[in-house]
Amino acid sequence: MIDALVLTILMTSVPLILAATGELVVERSGVLNLGLEGMMLMGAVSAFALTYVSGSLLVGLLAGVISGCLTAAIFGFFVLGLATNQVATGLALTIFGTGLSGLIGSDFVGKAIEGLPTVFPETLSNMSFIGVFFALDAIAYLSVFIALLVWIFLFKSKYGLVLRACGISHNSAHSLGYKVLTVRWCSILFGGMMAGLGGAYLPLMLTPHWSEGMTSGRGWIALALVVFASWMPSRIIYGAILFGAITIMQLAGQARGWTIPPQFLSSLPYIATIFVLVLISSKGTAKYLAPSDLTRPFISSK
Amino acid sequence: MFYLTPRKEISLFFTISIPIISILLTIIFGFFIFSILGYDPGKALYHFFISPLSRLDKIADLFVKACPLLIIGTGLVLCFRANIWNIGAEGQLIMGAVFSGGLALSFSETQSVWLLPAMAIFSFIGGALWALFPALLKIKLRTNEILVTLMLTYVASLFLDWLVRGPWRSPTSFGFPLTKYYPDVALISKIYFPGIGNISQLHWGVFIAILICLLCWFAMEKTVFGFQIKLIGDSPQALRFSGFNESKTTITLFIISGGLAGLAGMIEVSANIGQLQPNISFGYGFTAIIVAFLARLNPAAVIISGLLIALIEVGGDSAQIALAIPKVVTGVFKGILLFFLLAGETLTKYEIGFNYNQKSSLND
Repeated sequence: MIDALVLTILMTSVPLILAATGELVVERSGVLNLGLEGMMLMGAVSAFALTYVSGSLLVGLLAGVISGCLTAAIFGFFVLGLATNQVATGLALTIFGTGLSGLIGSDFVGKAIEGLPTVFPETLSNMSFIGVFFALDAIAYLSVFIALLVWIFLFKSKYGLVLRACGISHNSAHSLGYKVLTVRWCSILFGGMMAGLGGAYLPLMLTPHWSEGMTSGRGWIALALVVFASWMPSRIIYGAILFGAITIMQLAGQARGWTIPPQFLSSLPYIATIFVLVLISSKGTAKYLAPSDLTRPFISSK
Repeated sequence: MFYLTPRKEISLFFTISIPIISILLTIIFGFFIFSILGYDPGKALYHFFISPLSRLDKIADLFVKACPLLIIGTGLVLCFRANIWNIGAEGQLIMGAVFSGGLALSFSETQSVWLLPAMAIFSFIGGALWALFPALLKIKLRTNEILVTLMLTYVASLFLDWLVRGPWRSPTSFGFPLTKYYPDVALISKIYFPGIGNISQLHWGVFIAILICLLCWFAMEKTVFGFQIKLIGDSPQALRFSGFNESKTTITLFIISGGLAGLAGMIEVSANIGQLQPNISFGYGFTAIIVAFLARLNPAAVIISGLLIALIEVGGDSAQIALAIPKVVTGVFKGILLFFLLAGETLTKYEIGFNYNQKSSLND
């Protein structure tokens, strides 16, 4: 019972880790993409549709990544190419993605697919206590690996330094000869791929079916997670697990016949998000750690 | 590639033509989307944009659909103008409906004509309280209001769900998640036109909505408060130097926009539904964001933009009934429209130039 619970918690945190890690890179480069929810939904529906049609999970995953990336490209075109307001453009992306994913997915409602297989043989995952850590699928391990890679990239490599510089002061980065817009384009596309993969995980693994708006606010929670992690990749992992645990309390509560209304337990992740945001901002750290050119459009002179 | 140069003055031509061009481009996009999906694009566009305007009662329905959008949209215009991002109008709408609904259900036997005004006040308070919380967090702790208002929307919707399934469920609803019906005095009546009678569902709330838009326009353009709003948005420093209190204005704006969203919730329920149920809004709080931008953040223009967006909504219904096009396609339209509007915003602020010689971009 405990093992099953821990397993569900870990799996619930996977899409959050992926989407939040992508968004972290985007924000570090100085762009706020509020369209996470839309990109995740596009990733989810494409992954489900292609897995269903082709019968191959790999094709589905790839479709999720690509469609997340393409959705992000729309965002990039507007905020980088046309210097539109990032907050409003992100909202537009969410509205657009929610609508388009629902439209694409309307033919796939009620259909089922087979989920991702686990990586390790059952003998390993049947071990007590640590067995649960061997019971996951490849994407789950990949998500932690990506978070690690992002950390190495951002803080141990020259390009990571350039990316962070663009987020802190795009004018300085520009005068040093770095191409701010190119850096931001790359980050936005990477963010889109991660959101797409995170979205793809939902119908392929968590709940093997497609339903309209199935992310139910996970994109927004991932955004809060970036603030919670104060823009540090490592903190995203345990932040995500914490949120996973809070989300799962609802299921655990129902299973044990708690008398608390289920709606109250369902609202816990959202309340926890607010609580965390308050906690972070009351310490005053968010103000100092946030990339200082976040949401400021970069207009290069000719 | 192309580059942007700031314009010295914003041209009037762009200000007026951008919403129109955006709508035309959205329709062209719609044409392609319908073709790709395998629907007859001509027929689909007819049902979307022409059919809702074809009869007087359908036009009346347009006004009914636009009613909550106008009330919420005009409140959001004030916020967005001041660079305050209240994205949780949907939740504030729900809390307004809950507060006013609580009042209506606890006085279910009353005949008093004062119930309706009292409900309006309660709904305003409900929505305002739900917006006050993120407002206080924003000014005291600088907590991001976008995320907080959004999260509170989910909480509000679950709260309503719990109420109508639990303590407020009517004993005669056969287990359905519905409350008792409101007393008659808690319902908003339809407008009676002498000689014609009622036109479809057209109710007095629509009249109130238009009045609110005009009032907000007046407040924005002709009062010191309106001046403060614009000042916060354009130059917060100037505001501080001029001795205005930024926090106070911020809180007032949250209260107004939240309260108006709450009022919209009450009107929606009292005029169209007559009882509380798990879903009382169809994303009006989110759609109103587009309404505000389509109006180019002008409260009076919200009347027109609200009706236009209502056209897409009603058109979506009619296309779903006639051609079985999924209703979510309206979301695609709304998203695309917002994209074009934002791109248009750039055109008013910057000149777009093209440089064919890539190297020159680094030399300047």
